[in-house]
Amino acid sequence: MLQTVNKSPFEKNAMQSCLRLSPQGSAVLFYEDGVYAAVKGTRFESQIKEATQQFSVYALLPDLEARGMRAEDVIDGVKTVDYSGFVDLVADNGAVQAWL
Amino acid sequence: MKFAIQVNEGPYQHQASDSAYQFTKAVLEKGHEIFRVFFYHDGVNNASRLTIPPQDDRHIVNRWTDLAKQYNLDLVVCVAAAQRRGMLDDNEAKRAGKDASNMAEGFRISGLGQLIEAGIQADRLVVFGD
Repeated sequence: MLQTVNKSPFEKNAMQSCLRLSPQGSAVLFYEDGVYAAVKGTRFESQIKEATQQFSVYALLPDLEARGMRAEDVIDGVKTVDYSGFVDLVADNGAVQAWL
Repeated sequence: MKFAIQVNEGPYQHQASDSAYQFTKAVLEKGHEIFRVFFYHDGVNNASRLTIPPQDDRHIVNRWTDLAKQYNLDLVVCVAAAQRRGMLDDNEAKRAGKDASNMAEGFRISGLGQLIEAGIQADRLVVFGD
């Protein structure tokens, strides 16, 4: 399954719900304001690092860049994708759950 | 692969309309098929032909219309959500006794059954919204 999170963890609980309830082995994509979860140096970093053990974690690069961040700013173990990669994630992972 | 897209958020609000558009475009450019784009809740405002963004800003409505033209997309606006928000095509305007309609080219008004059908017929349903 692909889980998508589009809200910042500093603003909403979507990321927490997603990480708590998603089945192991899911792919998790952070996009829109959700990309703030994937950036190094925040209070969520250790939680995301832990999540990479259970899930394949991705962040949408165009949304990182739109917010002044680069691929190097992303936590180790989190992969960046573009929209084409987003489409592949949807195609390859079965059903999509949007944690709105 | 067949994709269906659901848009729950209005244009120029947060980012859902933009994400949905960029994703839909990427799906098509990769050679997949879009079965339908369904506009629900505030998402129906993506279909207003009276939208006038500043000239240096993206025109979200025209962008959908152009993409629909290029790829022959089925852009469906939920009728109940549309009526609540004053989104009407010519038929609905006539039926409700209104003096104008505002549905942009390339969109059509229909019911929730179209969303259910898209969920059944498409291999993937991707939801964008708040």
